[in-house]
Amino acid sequence: MASSFSRILSSKRHIGILTLVGGSVTAGFLLHREHVSAGVPVRRRYPASAEFPDLRKHNNCMASNLTPAIYAKLCDRATPNGFTLDEAIQTGVDNPGHPFIKTVGMVAGDEESYEVFADLLDPVIKERHNGYDPRVMKHPTDLDSSKIQSGHFDERYVLSSRVRTGRSIRGLSLPPACTRAERREVERVVVDALSGLKGDLTGKYYSLTQMTEKEQQQLIDDHFLFDKPVSPLLTCAGMARDWPDARGIWHNIEKTFLIWVNEEDHTRVISMEKGGNMKRVFERFCRGLKEVERLIQERGWEFMWNERLGYVLTCPSNLGTGLRAGVHVKLPLLSKDPRFSKILDNLRLQKRGTGGVDTAAVGGVFDISNLDRLGQSEVQLVQTVVDGVNYLIECEKRLERGQDIKVPPPINKFKV
Amino acid sequence: MVKLTLKRLSAEDEYPDLSQHNNYMAKVLTQDMYKKLRERATPSGFTIDGVIQTGVDNPGHPFIMTVGCVAGDEETYEVFKDLLDPVIEDRHGGYKPTDKHKTDLNSGNLKGGDDLDPNYVLSSRVRTGRSIRGFSLPPHCSRGERRAVEKLSIEALASLSGDLKGKYYALKNMTDAEQQQLIDDHFLFDKPVSPLLLASGMARDWPDARGIWHNDNKTFLVWVNEEDHLRVISMQKGGNMKEVFTRFCTGLTKIESLFKERSHEFMWNEHLGYVLTCPSNLGTGLRAGVHVKLPNLSKNTKFEEVLKKLRLQKRGTGGVDTAAVGGVFDISNADRLGFSEVELVQMVVDGVKLLVDMEKRLEKGQSIDDLMPAQK
Repeated sequence: MASSFSRILSSKRHIGILTLVGGSVTAGFLLHREHVSAGVPVRRRYPASAEFPDLRKHNNCMASNLTPAIYAKLCDRATPNGFTLDEAIQTGVDNPGHPFIKTVGMVAGDEESYEVFADLLDPVIKERHNGYDPRVMKHPTDLDSSKIQSGHFDERYVLSSRVRTGRSIRGLSLPPACTRAERREVERVVVDALSGLKGDLTGKYYSLTQMTEKEQQQLIDDHFLFDKPVSPLLTCAGMARDWPDARGIWHNIEKTFLIWVNEEDHTRVISMEKGGNMKRVFERFCRGLKEVERLIQERGWEFMWNERLGYVLTCPSNLGTGLRAGVHVKLPLLSKDPRFSKILDNLRLQKRGTGGVDTAAVGGVFDISNLDRLGQSEVQLVQTVVDGVNYLIECEKRLERGQDIKVPPPINKFKV
Repeated sequence: MVKLTLKRLSAEDEYPDLSQHNNYMAKVLTQDMYKKLRERATPSGFTIDGVIQTGVDNPGHPFIMTVGCVAGDEETYEVFKDLLDPVIEDRHGGYKPTDKHKTDLNSGNLKGGDDLDPNYVLSSRVRTGRSIRGFSLPPHCSRGERRAVEKLSIEALASLSGDLKGKYYALKNMTDAEQQQLIDDHFLFDKPVSPLLLASGMARDWPDARGIWHNDNKTFLVWVNEEDHLRVISMQKGGNMKEVFTRFCTGLTKIESLFKERSHEFMWNEHLGYVLTCPSNLGTGLRAGVHVKLPNLSKNTKFEEVLKKLRLQKRGTGGVDTAAVGGVFDISNADRLGFSEVELVQMVVDGVKLLVDMEKRLEKGQSIDDLMPAQK
């Protein structure tokens, strides 16, 4: 997709500042809302320097990269949908961050945000994605699961396998910016497409506003139900507005393929099963994604994707593949070894507790998944997880036998 | 090639689902009204969705009726009057769009109020809010506007003298020692946690341009950029509400003239009185209250009825939605709009006097039937 022509007509500022140059027209550009002003704008205006946020106590990627000059350049712009820089960075202003965990600190309100605010988003993306430069690099997409080798783990160690990603529907604003009608349209488009899935992918949609108590309890027991976000990182970005309107969960009858609608992204797609057959999990993941894509294309829609950024999602940290492939794996001995963190680092893996990000491991069972999202394809990332987890299991077995282990050499970040 | 979807998103598609909701906004906002109002914005760009977001996100409570909408600027009350007039009428006991509100900040007009029994009345307090005309309100203001409000307020407050002389503590600059002192004095306000406030956008950019000013005597306090541009509080221990109210009026009047010297005025009009962020605080924005010991009366079956007749409300001493502890209640006026400041404080003074008399009767095991008031 070439960059879009953006005519800026923002209800908030009534300033016709042009950004970008022409190319193809996206459906999103033509989807405009009319806000008729009650009269001549008389809002008190301040120079950019008076509006620049105080980021002295902040530690997130946005704060590290937003200079007064960049702010001054971008602060009067808006995307065709009216999304502004202030809205994009609000979450990072409101959440100064953690000394150890560096959050991204900004979101996209629509696909065009990544163009209109590129002066800030490009360096943020580069920092977050280990040097990936969207200005010059291309992101590879590869959903051919047949390429995965040795994708079946030793099930004495691996308890479950899971792959997740997100997809956005081109032409509709993202959760921080979408109106109620747009959000409902996302739900309509996605649910309609999902009803066309067949075979082992046949399933059912449960709308959050309409589910029965019984359905709700079942979804909780299956660990499928998602709650209204409570993290201020998400609520400050406006993603929880109008909850639970147009939110829901779809899953297949076998409960191995699950889609969240309108949570943090338009869709989150999850393939999972008990045991260690990551190859099968990924096969179903790719097949399901391609089938959903085909079904929405039949209806005249497509996913947000471009060769600079791959699949476009709300949070810049999820660009590219948006993919997190992981396992719950028992590593009681290895996890106590002081070299554990370094081994993970070199394998480009991260650990989490089994409750998800920011939880602690219980009983030596860890959630191990890929660190990277952008700059490598889905196949490459899943292979990285497969190779890495196999290595970790080997280490665990060696430690069980009283043998020593080795820290592997660091693998390449970008295989482009 | 993507199908070019030339859609104008319809009002029907945008209209919120209010079927589970119980707040004043949800009672009033029909689809037709929404359709009409979404075509508009205030001059500073505030829209109907901005007005109602908090009410959409917070369906409400079966027993407590919240307002469910906010103003982003002074013009909101005009541009969206189709929604706000009926909300105001419902919330403020039948106040009509044609009614006029009286402002009276002449504390000399208050009768009595200096002799509430300090054995029962532990403390007395009057608060209100003020907005500076020409600036957007907390749900909508930009950082530049909020900082300008802070700057103007600091300058005006710095000119106060005598027993009103004081100091400003910016939230983002205060030292640990200052912070602890303000907490001990019960002056420090926190970043709002109530979803009612957060959903309207009032907590954005916290703690930028927020702060607390108080006089050296710690009897007059101003909050800057919390839920409103300014919240003004006069308080002291004991039952001398007259003194509290006199300081309140003097301070407010002085602050207003200091703003005027700097070519700024408060948002005010003769229909809505003082204009604030939440429609529940229009008119006087005034809550005059006491912390009072009523252990016997509060257990009496007639307590609620008496309060209702006196146009008073009870809260726990932790503020709205807290429970009373040790029989000590926060008793204050229930009304804000349609009565003047003097009238409301008079109701509190007269009402609390009566409540204390009733408490004393019940202590002695006597009846309170002959003391039952008529509906005010």
